Amino acid sequence: MSYTFRFTPVFNRVDQLLDGLAVTLWLSAVVIAAGFLLGVAGALAIRSRQAWLRGLVRTYVEAVRNTPLLAQLFFIYFGLPGIGIRLDAVTAGLIALTVNLGAYTTEIVRGGIDAVPQGQIDAGIALGLRPVQVFFLVVLKPALKTMFPALASQFTLLMLASSIISQIGVTDLFHEGSLIDSATYRSFEVYTVVCGCYLVLALGFRLVFALIYRLAFRAPA
Amino acid sequence: MFRSFGLNECLMLLAGLQWTAGLTVLAFAGSFALGIVLLLARIARWVPLRWVAIGWINAVQGTPLLGLLFVAFFGLALCGWDVPRWAAATAALSVYGSAFLADIWRGSVQAIPLGQWEASAALGLGRWRQLRHVVLPQAFAIAIPPTVGFLVQLIKNTSLASVVGVMELSRMAQLVNGATFAPFIVYACVCGLYFLLCYPLTWWSRRLEARLAPAR
Repeated sequence: MSYTFRFTPVFNRVDQLLDGLAVTLWLSAVVIAAGFLLGVAGALAIRSRQAWLRGLVRTYVEAVRNTPLLAQLFFIYFGLPGIGIRLDAVTAGLIALTVNLGAYTTEIVRGGIDAVPQGQIDAGIALGLRPVQVFFLVVLKPALKTMFPALASQFTLLMLASSIISQIGVTDLFHEGSLIDSATYRSFEVYTVVCGCYLVLALGFRLVFALIYRLAFRAPA
Repeated sequence: MFRSFGLNECLMLLAGLQWTAGLTVLAFAGSFALGIVLLLARIARWVPLRWVAIGWINAVQGTPLLGLLFVAFFGLALCGWDVPRWAAATAALSVYGSAFLADIWRGSVQAIPLGQWEASAALGLGRWRQLRHVVLPQAFAIAIPPTVGFLVQLIKNTSLASVVGVMELSRMAQLVNGATFAPFIVYACVCGLYFLLCYPLTWWSRRLEARLAPAR
């Protein structure tokens, strides 16, 4: 192997990488918040008395979980304009990622809620709590503790998967990497550094989630 | 003039689907082989070997597959190997899959009660024979449903190989779309085809899991 590695041209453009990193971070934050809400709503809908609503959510979850994110993204960004719905790249990316995360979160939240014993719900009702209070205080809050690890790893996977939206031109961390690649032709070095950045982000996510877990669930609920 | 989306275009998509299936088989074989090695390292008695395995698993799970694909694609070329695109994609997908499979399998091995290890040790079996005759056969049964579930992930992730130019379903969709300019129908078909490939496996994995549940 007679290749000389040269990382300097990459490190000279570190500001570009930082710009992309910021985009990846805010996109992930928005999608995690929206996807989590969508998941809770989905889990609620699956327990609904309306059969059509349950069917609708089940179809949504199965459709999303059995197709690749890239195909979903292309369908939203390239396919929808075919029927007159035009979205810019960032909006399309946000929608695709949120719809995707929402389906996985629905399954996780549903599982967590199912694990709450019926007696606990009955006790909440017996204490005279309103149904909304029962759901949030008696069901969701304790369930959050059991499903937190699964949610945290799903959110981290989402952040990593968000690199896919670079393919429709959103200038996230990965896209900035591709731009540096075209400017310097140091492909291997660029993508190694970009992978390293994502790895640091993933470890950071893990730390932050561990911290949130400790702060939120330290005291016996 | 654009071509209209007809039978020939459907056949092109199906040809892409074949590549998706082929790439999945190759990637699964690679993930399987690497995953076994990684699992053995992960549960090895020699601690540094475990660290290497833990480091590998964490590093790969913390890296986007898209990044692995590019690093493999350019990295293999740097090594002077003129590998075809599908081989680079297979390498990246195998590295990616190995980390997840090893983690799934480690969970299955750890689900085997310690008493099984102790009993087989009491019978005079060495570490290797304990694994081969007592622990792994039992862990295997537990590992099947999540492994099939991961196969679905792998099928979906082969779509990323389109980015480095492998002519699988997603890449074919881009070509067909370029020729017909019927993006809605093309991408709807592509999503449908992926679903047809993945859903039976999802269903099977769930069934296997349900069948396993009462046994525990």
